[in-house]
Amino acid sequence: MRFFLIGCLAALTVQTALADNGRLIATGGASSLEGAAGGGITPWAVLAGYGEQHEWGATAFATTVNLPDYRLDVAGLALAYDNRVELSFARQRFDLGTLVHRLNLPDDHLGQDVLGMKVRLFGDVIYDRLPQVSLGLEYKHQSNFDIPRLVGARRDSDVEGYLAASRLFMGAAFGYNVLVNGNLRYSRANETGLLGFGGDRRDRRSLLKEGSVAVLFNPRWAVGVEYREKPDNLSFAGESDWADVFVGYFPNKHVSVVLAYARLGEIATLADQNGTYLSVQGSF
Amino acid sequence: MRFLLVVLAVLLSACAQQPPRDDSLYRDLGAMPGITRIVEGMLLNVARDPRIVEHFRHVDIQRLRNKLIEKFCVEAGGPCTYTGDSMAETHKGQNVTRSDFNALVEDLIASMDKEGIAVPVQNRLIARLAALRGEVIER
Repeated sequence: MRFFLIGCLAALTVQTALADNGRLIATGGASSLEGAAGGGITPWAVLAGYGEQHEWGATAFATTVNLPDYRLDVAGLALAYDNRVELSFARQRFDLGTLVHRLNLPDDHLGQDVLGMKVRLFGDVIYDRLPQVSLGLEYKHQSNFDIPRLVGARRDSDVEGYLAASRLFMGAAFGYNVLVNGNLRYSRANETGLLGFGGDRRDRRSLLKEGSVAVLFNPRWAVGVEYREKPDNLSFAGESDWADVFVGYFPNKHVSVVLAYARLGEIATLADQNGTYLSVQGSF
Repeated sequence: MRFLLVVLAVLLSACAQQPPRDDSLYRDLGAMPGITRIVEGMLLNVARDPRIVEHFRHVDIQRLRNKLIEKFCVEAGGPCTYTGDSMAETHKGQNVTRSDFNALVEDLIASMDKEGIAVPVQNRLIARLAALRGEVIER
């Protein structure tokens, strides 16, 4: 975390020396919880950073989600080349709060690492006639499996895929630009993988719908909503679909901040886990 | 004579029934004076823009300014005629990259911001110009 902040500061200080080449501002998106470029709880079809053809883009981010009974911290990086392929890494730490003492749990947190790859198949989010469509693969590894095993999860690592489509509709909302994203995910991750993969109730992958809509009041400010369908593989507790409303601020091509109110519903038997989501991204 | 008048009246009403050109974008940009300031501001930004200024090194800037004003005027639905060469023709051999095109868009947005053009109006002009991208890049 400290390294990340130092990196951000370094990026800010050298930003005058860097050329703002590449794609238009905000088209690199923010960093989603699993590390891929996108919104907050869902990825977009866009690639991290601002690299166009033959150019590199890179991002580093830190996100914290504060819920009534839990806290999720994520840090990660993404690297993209040629506006074609993106590699990302995210480390998640989910603090279990009061649940640890109440249930006498063996660990005070859950953890997960996510290695992601996203390939732009065709289209351009702004210019092309077709929407930008990307295919993503994520390898997820749950890093302390005692609790997930206890509640019926079947495996501590898995691969899942998603197909993402993103399109900017120029002037679509009273003259303001609107970004629309839709994803189909094929996954059996419990709480995105923090509670392992597959379960006693269902061990096969499900086709899950995700989407988001954002209005850009100018190139630097975006306000929107997100939705993510989740499977329900474990019988010990229900798993809610996720949703949030967010404000994104892109002051320049090197920093962005996303603040959201997230409705994560029931997580591991505790209901109404709704709280604030804050994410800071540095782009290089 | 009366017959001629009737014919004339019919022809005129036929003309009047043609959909009038939508010049609202042209007017929202400030008509000719506004478009002139936007184009000049954009070219000043380009002159300070190390990403793309090289493309304009051997260009007759006065002529470019005039043709761009015409082009913007026409694209905005204004009462102008574009007298320059086609977009594809003028960009041939320039190897304008996708990034270069975006840089010019950014210089245009900065100019429109400076002129106080509302974002929805900016979006309408950018949407019109974005449609020309295919004739500009990678030529």
